[in-house]
Amino acid sequence: MNPDELRRTSCLFLQDVYKSYGSKLVLDDIDLAVAAGEIVTVVGPSGCGKSTLLRLILGQELHSSGTVLVDGQPCGFADRSRGIVYQKYSLYPHLNVLDNVLLGLRLSCGVFERWRRRKAFEDEAMTYLARMGLQEHARKYPHELSGGMRQRVAIAQSLIIKPKILLMDEPFGALDPGSRENMQIFLLELWEEFGMTIFFVTHDLEEAVFLGTRIIVLSQHYTDGRGNDGEVRRGARIVSDRALPKEAQSTLVKTAARFGELIQQIRQEGFDPKYLRHAGSFDLTHPHSFQTLRKEECGQ
Amino acid sequence: MSATPPKFLGIHATPPKWLRWLLHLIPFVLLIIVYGIASDLRHRENPADKLLPPAAKMYEAMRQAAFEENVRTGKYQLWTDTGASLRRIGIGLGASACCGLLCGLILGLFVGMEQLVLPFLTFVSIIPPLAVLPILFIVFGVDELAKVMLIFIGTFPLITRDIQLTVKRIPREQIIKACTLGASQFSLAWRIVLPQIMPRLIETVRMSMGPAWLFLIAAEAIAATSGLGYRIFLVRRYLAMELIIPYVLWIVLIGAIVDFGLRLILRTRYAWYLQAQE
Repeated sequence: MNPDELRRTSCLFLQDVYKSYGSKLVLDDIDLAVAAGEIVTVVGPSGCGKSTLLRLILGQELHSSGTVLVDGQPCGFADRSRGIVYQKYSLYPHLNVLDNVLLGLRLSCGVFERWRRRKAFEDEAMTYLARMGLQEHARKYPHELSGGMRQRVAIAQSLIIKPKILLMDEPFGALDPGSRENMQIFLLELWEEFGMTIFFVTHDLEEAVFLGTRIIVLSQHYTDGRGNDGEVRRGARIVSDRALPKEAQSTLVKTAARFGELIQQIRQEGFDPKYLRHAGSFDLTHPHSFQTLRKEECGQ
Repeated sequence: MSATPPKFLGIHATPPKWLRWLLHLIPFVLLIIVYGIASDLRHRENPADKLLPPAAKMYEAMRQAAFEENVRTGKYQLWTDTGASLRRIGIGLGASACCGLLCGLILGLFVGMEQLVLPFLTFVSIIPPLAVLPILFIVFGVDELAKVMLIFIGTFPLITRDIQLTVKRIPREQIIKACTLGASQFSLAWRIVLPQIMPRLIETVRMSMGPAWLFLIAAEAIAATSGLGYRIFLVRRYLAMELIIPYVLWIVLIGAIVDFGLRLILRTRYAWYLQAQE
């Protein structure tokens, strides 16, 4: 598809996006179009700018140049169109679980409306909590919950206002392997039920391949027409963008041979500093992926 | 072989509960014993000694102050003194807590306001409050207002600064998250930030009690007609240690009660704060 058509139809659309801190270029000409209902997982070497990319989409930081559209609208500072689940600090310590989940509903209307619809709000929040399996913990405070429970509350807290896109920044990074896997399965169940668009940043390749319907590899290890001397300021780019098969969702998938091969291939493409591909021949096989290279980058 | 930890000595010591209480009491008991002996020795040498009055004399002086009408003024001296002092410290510290909360919240949340006000606030906080006491007396007169203002000026910058830092310590993630949930700037301040800094305000006020008493007593010592500090400095002229010492203990008792009360509020109303800190 051509960029203009993608711009109109995509849930999330980035074109020629750059982000630099002072003289350091972090993100270098990012082009990305995400259709509604996808789970996009983002991986890459540590410090390559995965979280920066997420914060640009969220509106926590502003991009240096380029276009970022969420549902066709230019994205400004963080607002209700985008939900976020962080690794930690997602919950408010002074509110109990129910109030944490209710917050989005309560903030959405004036004092009178809030009072009039308090029962409906509470019922809705309890429905979400029930779906998260946390009914009996509604009156507890965040510090009384386990890490996995906290993240489930954080997901409910974001989902209840039905954002156009749900951003997740290593949400399961602090969990032990067991609850991590449970949360992965749980998230997929929720996705099948609600069909929300998810933008999921992680450093765990296995998690990325298991969860995603589409995987994006961000990396600073590549070459382009700008030459290879040290003076070229080069930031991370999307070096690989591919659709992932969504088969029966069982963790058994993780042990399949193809699963392992895919992980190895992605590891090579994105994480190996010696494996340099030219910007013109990145592995961009996803039907929605597009690339706008400038002239000086195209040459050998 | 399993080692039993020592009860008192060393870094591995785990004193049992009864021993903890005993240890708490020892310094107090020692002080009383040493005072008693010293007082007794001095009185054997000179029965009219004024420096270390015995307990009976202190009790008698306090009883007169608390339960007998003053012949000249017709008032119960201890209670009028206590009332006057508590009123001053209550108004002064209360006002600086309220203003400090509001200013700290605004400074911590809005960078523009922080840039505008913080350097000036730092400048003000370095001024020794006692150095401007004469100015306060000149401007506000020698009445109540000057004393209240001294307490206010002495504690307000610290409370504001502490609240501002507390607001800044709230993780950025929480602020952004609130924005994604649709919070306006006002509801962010009112529903997210304010409830989280209230427990810290209580702690800051607790810590400001010391300076507040200092400024109160200094102001009362210089110009007042009642108050605990006024009384102590007044009877100093007669070397009336039998009244000064109980008055000091009375101030300590009041301070301890207020401190306990604030801690109780913290424990009962802000359990999440104490536990989330661990």
